[in-house]
Amino acid sequence: MIEFTLWDIIRNLLLAARWTILLSAVAFAGGTIVGLLILFMRISKRLWVQRFAEYYIGLFQGTPLLMQLFLLFFGLPLLGLRIEPWTAAVLGLTLCASAFLAEIWRGGVQAVPVGQWDAGGSLGLHYLKQLRLIILPQAFAMTRAPTVGFLVQLIKSTALTSIIGFEELVRTSNAINNATFEPFKVYGFVALIYFALCFPLTRYAKMLELRALKH
Amino acid sequence: MGYVLDFGWLGDAVSLIASGAAMTLFLIAVSAVAGIVLSVLGAAGRRSRHAWLRRAIAGYVELIRNTPFLVQLFFIFFGLPSLGIRLDPVAAAILAMTLNMTAYTTEIVGAGLDAVPKGQREAALALGLRPRLVFIKIVLPQALKVIYPALTSQIVIMMLESAVVSQIAVRELTYEADLLQARTFRAFETYFVITLVYLAMSIGLRRLLVAGGNRFLSGGVS
Repeated sequence: MIEFTLWDIIRNLLLAARWTILLSAVAFAGGTIVGLLILFMRISKRLWVQRFAEYYIGLFQGTPLLMQLFLLFFGLPLLGLRIEPWTAAVLGLTLCASAFLAEIWRGGVQAVPVGQWDAGGSLGLHYLKQLRLIILPQAFAMTRAPTVGFLVQLIKSTALTSIIGFEELVRTSNAINNATFEPFKVYGFVALIYFALCFPLTRYAKMLELRALKH
Repeated sequence: MGYVLDFGWLGDAVSLIASGAAMTLFLIAVSAVAGIVLSVLGAAGRRSRHAWLRRAIAGYVELIRNTPFLVQLFFIFFGLPSLGIRLDPVAAAILAMTLNMTAYTTEIVGAGLDAVPKGQREAALALGLRPRLVFIKIVLPQALKVIYPALTSQIVIMMLESAVVSQIAVRELTYEADLLQARTFRAFETYFVITLVYLAMSIGLRRLLVAGGNRFLSGGVS
């Protein structure tokens, strides 16, 4: 039987936390890219495009992330794609993040006064240029706090990927717990690691929110 | 090779799915009611004169909001027995969901309390009502009306989040799905159906809560 010292437990958990961080970062980046596409569709002038984005967002916000992960994990192999936990995890979190981010940013776009669009138009700017130069910068500035808030939610959501077998913090902690039989200690440390990752971001989001209120 | 989707197992599975859905609804009903009652106390406590109470509640809210629900659940179910607190899966799930719910709704209720104009409290006190009565009869109803939509969203989010309590073998919807797919070997179709059930439940629950709010809160909610 291998003896685990306290340091062994902490060291292994910290090593596993790297995967949590990497997965969060990749999913946030992917979610930003796909989320922008969904945002463009959501604010499109074509009704059916708008509707599609609406349903997309409703679907991801109205079903458990765990089900989304299961569907990808078991569904993609049916299409002949070989899929591993990492792929399913990245894909699932990216799609889910894209829906939430698109909805957050849509709020920002709608909060930009219509006059800003008109002003852009009167300067002779093309629709995409109005969006890129005038509307989106203001929309992003307004929604910085909820975006950071969502990043916190995303980091916490990565815990679910342990269930489809991705070796991140929670899955590693389950394994360590099975070897040490010290669940109180192990899950306590896991909670602390998540807290250390999320709390600074929560604080930052709060600060952004307060700053936005001052203006 | 073409994969043919097969939903032939569905007929025999309806009762299992229904009992799983009932368990999910039971869990969310209990933890939503308990969570909201506790969060009224929490939000009031956060505005109390005692600094230690304010700090304790703030610490609790931050701790819960910055850790994953799954870890909270494992900590309660696997970790607490080493302190001599042994809970069965359903009790552990309800405890974890209630604690999680309370942390989020404490913030929401608090925002509602802050949104009630000060004059309301002062007017009620000037009429000679006791402070506790002022809180229950005057401030709280107005606050609840403001925050009702946010509470509705939080309840739906918590219901979706409750899928993970299948991991400690609570026989709710996701757990039944796991059993079904192990028996039918039709994992994709099973989770597809269950996802639709969740979608219907979240839409239905939201409608129900909004309709209830329109009925019981004067003036209605959007």
